[in-house]
Amino acid sequence: MKATVLVRPKQGILDPQGQAVSSSLRHLGFAVDDARVGRLVDVDLRTDDREEALAQLRQMCEQLLTNPLIEGYEIELDRE
Amino acid sequence: MSNLARPTIAVVVFPGSNDDRDAQLALEFLGADAPRVWHTEESLPRGSAAVVLPGGFSYGDYLRCGAIARFSPVLDAVARFASDGGLVLGICNGFQILTAAGLLPGALRPNNSLSFICRDVPLVVERTDTPFTARCAPGQPLSIPIKHGEGCWFADAELLAELEVNGQIALRYALNPNGSVGDVAGVLNADANVFGLMPHPEHAVDSLLGSTDGALLLGSLVDAARLSAEVPV
Repeated sequence: MKATVLVRPKQGILDPQGQAVSSSLRHLGFAVDDARVGRLVDVDLRTDDREEALAQLRQMCEQLLTNPLIEGYEIELDRE
Repeated sequence: MSNLARPTIAVVVFPGSNDDRDAQLALEFLGADAPRVWHTEESLPRGSAAVVLPGGFSYGDYLRCGAIARFSPVLDAVARFASDGGLVLGICNGFQILTAAGLLPGALRPNNSLSFICRDVPLVVERTDTPFTARCAPGQPLSIPIKHGEGCWFADAELLAELEVNGQIALRYALNPNGSVGDVAGVLNADANVFGLMPHPEHAVDSLLGSTDGALLLGSLVDAARLSAEVPV
């Protein structure tokens, strides 16, 4: 089963990459107030059980994929 | 009994460490034996009185700085050593690894300028009653180089307040170079036997390189390691 993990800097955490991106976007003429830069991890799991996959992905996020102090995450499981 | 005169301070080497030899040279220059320990080792050299996690880019800093190094076998040994009261010093990437491993509070983020910064920075010693700062005077200004892209230490307001009350902020920037909250340059664990800092004391032990202030910090560690070697924990 395939899944995508989206990792974002938590609200209130200074995101200098996001600031640089939003300033560049404004420079290009886009009307942009803010941009935040995170990370995307595509994971191909061996299990086909959605509950088990979700449980494993949550563990992955807590142990390795994010630092809970500064990052939040969202898990998207592929449909089917 | 010669090991008592020259305490053993292990220097851990990860794939991507690049300040391990400088740390080794500085510690030896200051009177310690400093064997380097490969990251796959499951224990520290026998008789180690302290351990140093050096600067560099362990595992390429993939994912987040320190995120992968914290799972290397030697880190289990370091964590056990620390929980037994052993002295652990993390410099730059070593500091990042110790925060990622939960041995030190907070986290290191990209510098607010997004620039890699490599220069001497002015620091202020906030605590001198620690194994890492005992050779300094309270409030003493130091000049020690930093060289990092991800040195912006972060803790939320609640955590920072708690660390301030506990006196765990041992070292601050006199001029904040990277956006660290509270101007924090170095932080202790609650028991003050684990210390991490972004500046590189191992690059400031010889006047040829502009400053010898790093020798005050590393020399303090050598002193403390010598004492703990005489009184095994």
